[in-house]
Amino acid sequence: MNEIWILAESKSGHVAPVSLELLAWARSLGKTGSVSVTAILPGPAIDPEELCYFGADSVIHCPSEGLSGFSARPLAACLSALLERRRPSVFLAAATTTGRTVLPYLAACEGLGLTADCTELSLDPETAVLLQTRPAAGGNIMATIRTTRGKPQMATVRPHSRRPLERDPGRTASVEVMDFHEAPGAAPPLGRDGGDSPPFPNGGLLLVEERPFESSRGIADARAVIAGGKGFRKKEGFALLDRLAGLVGAEVGASREAVDRGWADYPRQVGLSGRTISPELYIAVGISGAIQHLAGMQTSKTIVSINSDPEAPIAAMSDLAIRADLYEFIPALMAKLAGYRSADGVEA
Amino acid sequence: MKIAVLVKQVPETDSLTLDPETGTVVRSEDSSIVNPLDLYALEAALRIKDADPETSILALSMGPPQAETALREALAMGCDEAVLVTGREFGGSDTWATSRALSAALSKLGGFDLILCGEKATDGDTGQVGPEVAAFLDLPVLTYVGSLSLSSSRKEAQAQRIVEDGSQVLRCRLPMVMSFCKAIGEPRLPLLSGKRRAKAAQLRSFGLADLGLTAEETGAKGSPTKVVKVDRPRLSREATFMDARTEEGMDKACDALIALMLEKGLIVPSAAVAGATAARTQP
Ligand SMILES: Cc1cc2nc3c(=O)[nH]c(=O)nc-3n(C[C@H](O)[C@H](O)[C@H](O)COP(=O)(O)OP(=O)(O)OC[C@H]3O[C@@H](n4cnc5c(N)ncnc54)[C@H](O)[C@@H]3O)c2cc1C
Ligand SMILES: Nc1ncnc2c1ncn2[C@@H]1O[C@H](COP(=O)(O)O)[C@@H](O)[C@H]1O
Repeated sequence: MNEIWILAESKSGHVAPVSLELLAWARSLGKTGSVSVTAILPGPAIDPEELCYFGADSVIHCPSEGLSGFSARPLAACLSALLERRRPSVFLAAATTTGRTVLPYLAACEGLGLTADCTELSLDPETAVLLQTRPAAGGNIMATIRTTRGKPQMATVRPHSRRPLERDPGRTASVEVMDFHEAPGAAPPLGRDGGDSPPFPNGGLLLVEERPFESSRGIADARAVIAGGKGFRKKEGFALLDRLAGLVGAEVGASREAVDRGWADYPRQVGLSGRTISPELYIAVGISGAIQHLAGMQTSKTIVSINSDPEAPIAAMSDLAIRADLYEFIPALMAKLAGYRSADGVEA
Repeated sequence: MKIAVLVKQVPETDSLTLDPETGTVVRSEDSSIVNPLDLYALEAALRIKDADPETSILALSMGPPQAETALREALAMGCDEAVLVTGREFGGSDTWATSRALSAALSKLGGFDLILCGEKATDGDTGQVGPEVAAFLDLPVLTYVGSLSLSSSRKEAQAQRIVEDGSQVLRCRLPMVMSFCKAIGEPRLPLLSGKRRAKAAQLRSFGLADLGLTAEETGAKGSPTKVVKVDRPRLSREATFMDARTEEGMDKACDALIALMLEKGLIVPSAAVAGATAARTQP
């Protein structure tokens, strides 16, 4: 039996959606009975059992406030203490600002390798070797990596690179609550700043304030994204895109070329140096489909492209490739959409 | 105040070429640049020095001898000193081995209040080195810093950290390791005087023995991650092609996309249409 751990995260007191994706990854590594999946959930959260409904066999919940995401050191110390008790063969975290900070800290402390930002994982059922695949060199190549020294084999996994499993409330919820300070062997050396001495209880860091972005939902979790590229040729063209997206309740995305030209804001950039998204429907308009762009949207469920060049690489990545001039196509589409309205609008 | 900035030399990705046979990156010396994201860490350090001229900034890099060029650029921007960790034994280091060597150099140099690095390097693209260096030095780390201001005592700082859905404001006790993102502001360009100074500057270099490391602790030998395969991704789906250059083609293509939008539940027929349909189907 291969034991797999995932590092879950919480957001405003609830299990974060990205953690459910990690569970789907963990479950994909072997059949039930050949892998057991444990979710480690640091920080306060009211719904740890959700992790079981989405695929964990058990949850270790360490609810201490001090283990919330921003401070890597106490969290890494907590994870080290847990690894002291039991060593899984694989330990995965999401490649979020939290995962990409805590896991390297832990890897260095434990003398273990770590692969960043994987988009594919597979586990050899015999040898329990984890093959970790990630884009490298600006998305031009995919490198497959193994971390050979010691257990666990660790990787961070790119958000939205896999969909969560169906929620199954029939699964047994087994949640063990561990107050980190009482955990066996859990008095970590917090080094020269003395750990618990106020006003810096979190290993040198004190959270003063959190400021959420004000902007709209954005593309991160949108059901449909309509993205524009250099093919629009001018900023005014993007107003057309805004109108179309508004009509059908989609969010506007953009290629880097469009963002660099100031036609869309950076948070809307899709791709290697922007966001990785995985909507139900992705419509690429006037985007060629450079490898760095594909890296950010290739896991979308359905992809449609509108491009005047049938040879553009985006066409081969599409489920529906429409050869058209976007300035003819969008108005024609909007005229036909007159008989419909956005489903969101109906619900509201 | 003593600051160290970690600076990596990377191949310029925009001019990056692949060997069509092997699919590996062709590295040439003259297309190497300072990792663009490290310029933001340099800028953050230089702003501290602008406000407090007592500050000294050391640029540290690990790499082949030509990485000296990157360090001279850091000096030209305004750093005071530069150290290069170099030697054949360091070749093939992964982030663990790189961090091991860089942290050994930082311990040897000693006494830094802040150790700054970029969010990630554009070649390796991991962003792991900052937190790993912090762990080796047993220091706290703050990642994705977008702005920074120091207290008058220089023992504390207030930082803004950019995360997925917003930002966090944190008080930080120094010494600490921080990685910076673009939000810090545009990096300055080197002045001519800086360039001249940089050209004349003496760089120090550290080898394996200077750092008290063994060959087993660094380079390819000391690296726990191993690349087993490199592929050029081949991506494709079973595309349905539609040509919308004729009126009829346009009509069909629009209908196909609308059908998809309906199927995905994005849109519903508006009341008028639904009403009209209902009226038509009534006997
Ligand atoms: C390290 C690195 C990271 C990168 N990260 C990203 C990233 O995160 N995201 C990203 O998108 N890119 C990224 N890039 C850039 C990427 O390589 C491409 O340059 C970029 O994606 C191209 O944008 P585009 O498709 O809008 O423009 P182009 O490649 O110029 O494509 C424009 C397309 O529009 C079509 N077109 C033109 N006119 C019309 C018309 N009237 N009607 C219909 N179609 C038309 C053309 O046929 C063409 O296919 C990165 C590059 C590097 C080196
Ligand atoms: N060889 C190196 N020499 C100096 N600094 C480095 C080196 N490798 C990484 N860094 C620093 O660590 C940051 C993250 O790099 P990486 O983990 O490789 O993405 C970079 O932005 C640099 O500041």
